[in-house]
Amino acid sequence: MAQTEKTPTGGERIIQCLEREGVECVFGLQGGAVMPIFDALYDSKIRLIQVRHEQGATHMADGYARATGRPGVVLVTSGPGATNTVTGLLTALMDSVPIIVITGQTISPMLGKDAFQEADVTGITYPVVKHSYLLKHPNDIPRVMREAFHLATSGRPGPILIDVPKDVSSAPCTAPFTDEVDLPGYHPATRVDAAALDKTAAALARSQRPVLYAGHGAVIANAGRALQKLAEKLQAPVVTTLLGKGSMPEDHPLHLGMLGMHGTAYANRAVADCDLIMSIGGRWDDRITGKLSEFCKDAVKIHIDIDPAEFNKIVRPDISLLGDARLVIEDLLPLVRPCNSADWLKQCAAWRKQFPLRYAKKGGLRAQHVLDRLDKLGGRDCILTTDVGQHQMWAAQFCLTTKPHHWLSSGGAGTMGFGMPAAIGAQFGCPDKKVWAIVGDGGVQMTMAELATAAVHKLPIKVLIINNGFLGMIRQWQDLFYDQRFTAAALEGNPDFVKLAAAYGIKGWRIRRAGDVDRVLKAAMAYNDGPCVVDAEVMHQENVFPMIPAGASLREMLIERPRHKMDKPVGST
Amino acid sequence: MSPTAFERTTEQPIPLPTRVEPAAQPVHTLSILVRNKPGVLVRVALVFSRRGYNIESLVVSADVANGEFSRMTITCSGDPETLEQIIKQVTKLIDVVHAIDHTGQAVIETEIALAKLKCSLNQRTEILQIAEHCRAKVVDYGGESLILRIYGSSDKLDSVVALLRPFGIVELVRSGKILMARALETT
Repeated sequence: MAQTEKTPTGGERIIQCLEREGVECVFGLQGGAVMPIFDALYDSKIRLIQVRHEQGATHMADGYARATGRPGVVLVTSGPGATNTVTGLLTALMDSVPIIVITGQTISPMLGKDAFQEADVTGITYPVVKHSYLLKHPNDIPRVMREAFHLATSGRPGPILIDVPKDVSSAPCTAPFTDEVDLPGYHPATRVDAAALDKTAAALARSQRPVLYAGHGAVIANAGRALQKLAEKLQAPVVTTLLGKGSMPEDHPLHLGMLGMHGTAYANRAVADCDLIMSIGGRWDDRITGKLSEFCKDAVKIHIDIDPAEFNKIVRPDISLLGDARLVIEDLLPLVRPCNSADWLKQCAAWRKQFPLRYAKKGGLRAQHVLDRLDKLGGRDCILTTDVGQHQMWAAQFCLTTKPHHWLSSGGAGTMGFGMPAAIGAQFGCPDKKVWAIVGDGGVQMTMAELATAAVHKLPIKVLIINNGFLGMIRQWQDLFYDQRFTAAALEGNPDFVKLAAAYGIKGWRIRRAGDVDRVLKAAMAYNDGPCVVDAEVMHQENVFPMIPAGASLREMLIERPRHKMDKPVGST
Repeated sequence: MSPTAFERTTEQPIPLPTRVEPAAQPVHTLSILVRNKPGVLVRVALVFSRRGYNIESLVVSADVANGEFSRMTITCSGDPETLEQIIKQVTKLIDVVHAIDHTGQAVIETEIALAKLKCSLNQRTEILQIAEHCRAKVVDYGGESLILRIYGSSDKLDSVVALLRPFGIVELVRSGKILMARALETT
């Protein structure tokens, strides 16, 4: 007779469920209420990555998920441990990233009694999760774990939170594994209806100035190859959002780069003048549209999205195609013919020539130069993560992304501190890739403690700090719109980042002159003995252009510093 | 060369946020079928509050036919575009099976109210006349008070309450509107 296995505890069942879902690693931080679950990891083949702060764990799981397409898992304790994940949950929700956050909780009888390290975690996180659970019984674990992975990864992906009281994780779980989910209210869309496809094909056939606009949905759905085929067949230019970078190779002749607030002038010009714009997994974010009443006023708007709530949220599309971006485009492909767009493509090429991305080569060291060189020295084969701000926009402009899942940036939430932990997560998910975290001196200090995590695991991530001693984007707005009243923009008291790296046993270089850039970047690229830090001390006076002031129309784009005084922007940040 | 790629349009003043009185907006009634689970009410309410949308009445009860589900009837007023987004976002919640806006549809709707009036003996006759005319039932007779139970559409309740107000309503409790789609239409 087969030996009967001993009944697992709830915590052991949770880890067994993670193993069953194929989870390789968990990013976590210990704590009193979560000890039964951590204890179960002791005997598991799942790798535990111990972090220094729970926010770091969420961004690592997020970076892991964006780079691999597989859900990232976070394990933290109750109270402050759980509340520290809120920023990471928001970041994942806004960018539709599948992460699963398991939080410890006080024992069930103490819920609501202000127990030590108790927080109403499901209550605090309702607005920042796709769905969440408060486990009440260990036998719910197998079903809830299956549902969590199903929900996180299907439809429009997103973060799932599971709050586990300590008595639930300690008590025996006798429920068997299950593949069944009990979600009568959840029906993610898959394939689009034929009539809408026919309408789309007809609209495309009439268009002479089409633009395809790809967002994160195109990357998530792996729609890149289909998108490229569609663009080539239609002879339509492609623009991408910040997060759409990599959906189609950015060096493709039909690719006009990023659109929006700091997009290329030729991408924005094409969008402003098109007669048809088709969003592929984009959500018409305010960074993209600028002044909405002026945005593509006379163009036919087509919207492909897996989330029906995105239709009519910002833009009322003429045709909406509900479904997975890749499947929709694949269904559309046989129905379309080349557009009569030869003149249009010529016009776009002329704009590309007239308004190239550029920066001054003389004077001090410029961030654009460092990032441009990173691109030329092999950056396109690396996974790049970023923080938020000027460096992010320059990286988006000058570091071309030619493969999907190689550009990881916090778009919707704009979370500073995302870049370095996301790079750690991406490196765990893709050990054979080179991973660069491009960060600012402001953002990197928000999650800097994770340098220890990278050091412990000898992870060969390369942290490139674009260090201008300022919150650069704030400084830029103050420079342009707030009469150069620089309040709270300078980062006084910054550490010496090279010495700081050394304190962690991490290799560090400093770049002060343009002449040092290539040598240091090459050395960092070749360095494989663990993490390294490159501190690039760039000039702080430089601003990001092109720029569409928030709330202005695409036609009001600035391609260099205006000589006249600017009004304060009417749009949001 | 010119500093801008395109011509600059005219300068605009920074607009003030517009304040629209909810009363000026059309009233909508939504029926929402949800899983009977803890937290579902908060999840639904958050969709409204995040968008600054006021819920005017909310009725939740277990679905007798299937105890796993509950029925919410929500009355709210606000601009129709925000409401469209609210319905979509509510539908998107995992615990919500469906959400239907019944505004303008043929429905059976009803509400119940209890009104407590402090009244002297000489006012009583007049109140009882109103009650009889409006088919309100006296459910509590006190020495100096009456409690009336009023059934009917929310509009009817509004007008009965208006009639009674001059006599001095001490307390008023309304159930909030409930409704059901006619014939075999889904609510």
